[in-house]
Amino acid sequence: MSELIKINHLGKIFKTASGDIVALEDINLSIREGEIFGIIGLSGAGKSTLVRCINFLERLTSGTVFFDGKELNSLSEKELRLVRRRMGMIFQQFNLLAQRSALDNVTFPLEISGVSRDKAKEKAMSLLDVVGLADRASSYPSQLSGGQKQRVAIARSLACDPKVLLCDEATSALDPTTTRQILDLIAKINREMGITVVIITHEMKVIEQICDRVAIIDRSRIAELGDVSEIFTRPKSDIARQLIFPGGRLPDNFEGSSRIRIIFDGKSSFEPVIANMVLECSAPVNIMFADTRDIGGKAVGQMVLQLPESEQERKRILAWLDLNKVNWNYEEDGGEETT
Amino acid sequence: MKEAFTAQMFGVYGFGLLETLYMVIVSTFISYIIGLPIGVLLVCTDKNGITPVPWLNASVGFVVNIMRSIPFIILLVLVSPVTRAITGTTIGSTATIVPLVFSAAPYISRVVEQSLKEVDDGVIEAATSMGASPMQIITKVLLPESKPSLILGAALATITIIGYTAMAGFVGGGGLGTIAVNYGYYRYRTGIMIVTVVIIVALVQAFQELGLYLSSRFDRRK
Repeated sequence: MSELIKINHLGKIFKTASGDIVALEDINLSIREGEIFGIIGLSGAGKSTLVRCINFLERLTSGTVFFDGKELNSLSEKELRLVRRRMGMIFQQFNLLAQRSALDNVTFPLEISGVSRDKAKEKAMSLLDVVGLADRASSYPSQLSGGQKQRVAIARSLACDPKVLLCDEATSALDPTTTRQILDLIAKINREMGITVVIITHEMKVIEQICDRVAIIDRSRIAELGDVSEIFTRPKSDIARQLIFPGGRLPDNFEGSSRIRIIFDGKSSFEPVIANMVLECSAPVNIMFADTRDIGGKAVGQMVLQLPESEQERKRILAWLDLNKVNWNYEEDGGEETT
Repeated sequence: MKEAFTAQMFGVYGFGLLETLYMVIVSTFISYIIGLPIGVLLVCTDKNGITPVPWLNASVGFVVNIMRSIPFIILLVLVSPVTRAITGTTIGSTATIVPLVFSAAPYISRVVEQSLKEVDDGVIEAATSMGASPMQIITKVLLPESKPSLILGAALATITIIGYTAMAGFVGGGGLGTIAVNYGYYRYRTGIMIVTVVIIVALVQAFQELGLYLSSRFDRRK
């Protein structure tokens, strides 16, 4: 897959009266054509600034951004406006024009790029149909729910046939059900229209639901970057663990040292591993901690098991795990895993 | 009191009302032609605006402030050479339009500025992200999105100008103000003065109500 967006050594410093604020430092990443790329971080980490550096709503302090082979730094304002038309963007607060109907909101980007009124309307109607709001074309934003407003915003962002859709906390103002529907819609657009998607969020469940790869931003830098399933199974950085187990410290007062950690990396998804193990070894285990989830139809996550007292039963269980190629390791004592 | 309600006086009121309306409408119109672009300029060149030019913003803002701090009655006298140069006289309703514009245009630029600043920054950012040029943002986002507020501002400006025309009556500005001064003040015909004041009050009410009606009629936010 070719790279659609490439960011090299990007830095962004905001100059304020009370001194310089470093928003981003040495960011390097490339986003491939056709993928759904997530950027996650706590608020204030710099992720919203990063997405604005991609379409140059924010000027970089240092580094370069390439979009579709063009280096954006070298473009004039006018050329930049043309490039921006190839990038759709949606926002947390939807940012619809309040005095325009849903249809006229979608025709807006077409109007400013000089498409005739009739053609714009035709295109806008077909896009409202894609987002499932064809029947609300003449409604004004104030008459629409949050989810419907975001659908209109999505239709609007698609009007100029963008190559990429930038989503800045697009579901953060929505309830969980609506969030799911909007993410499904974004995934559908990615799949069916082949549009690359960049998702900015502070919620791991958004990443989990639709992203292929993720970059974790912490204190202005990329803390971790990789496939979503990989990061969910083996989070390396503190921030990744914090995001994956929100508020969930791993219990650190297990009795004894006979604990193992089983890692599900999605290979053995449909088999009830623990149940089979208990049945076949006829030995009970105590599940001390479990965090598994469904990512793209595969089960990933971890489980901490307290093994039985009997040495023999333990050996039997470990042998069974090895035989069945289940990924496990001894759980260390102490607080190393608990941050 | 009776003298205020003679057929002759009704003719005087009617003519005065027409003169006042003439001054108010023409000067509001001209003031908007000048004040609206200045208001847009003030918003756009602001340091957080779409095309920041701090020095221009500061100098235009300074001139506007100076114009606004001169009391209308003094401005009336101050600009009389200009008035004479443009209209050939300094009395009568047409002559009064000149100082009215001098006073109202800076005021209107601030009213417009305030309305445009109500437009959500997020919406402007969205338009920028779609590749809109500054001019497109002005004509397709800032002005249409603040239309209800601009209409209310226009009612406010018109009413302020009505007040100024009455003041101009003291120096022969024509319209209802002149009638109130000539009959009521100089000839102690209190009844006539009261009638003209009532007409002015009704005029102010009418413009305010019209403004409120049009503003809510065009507002799609509710």
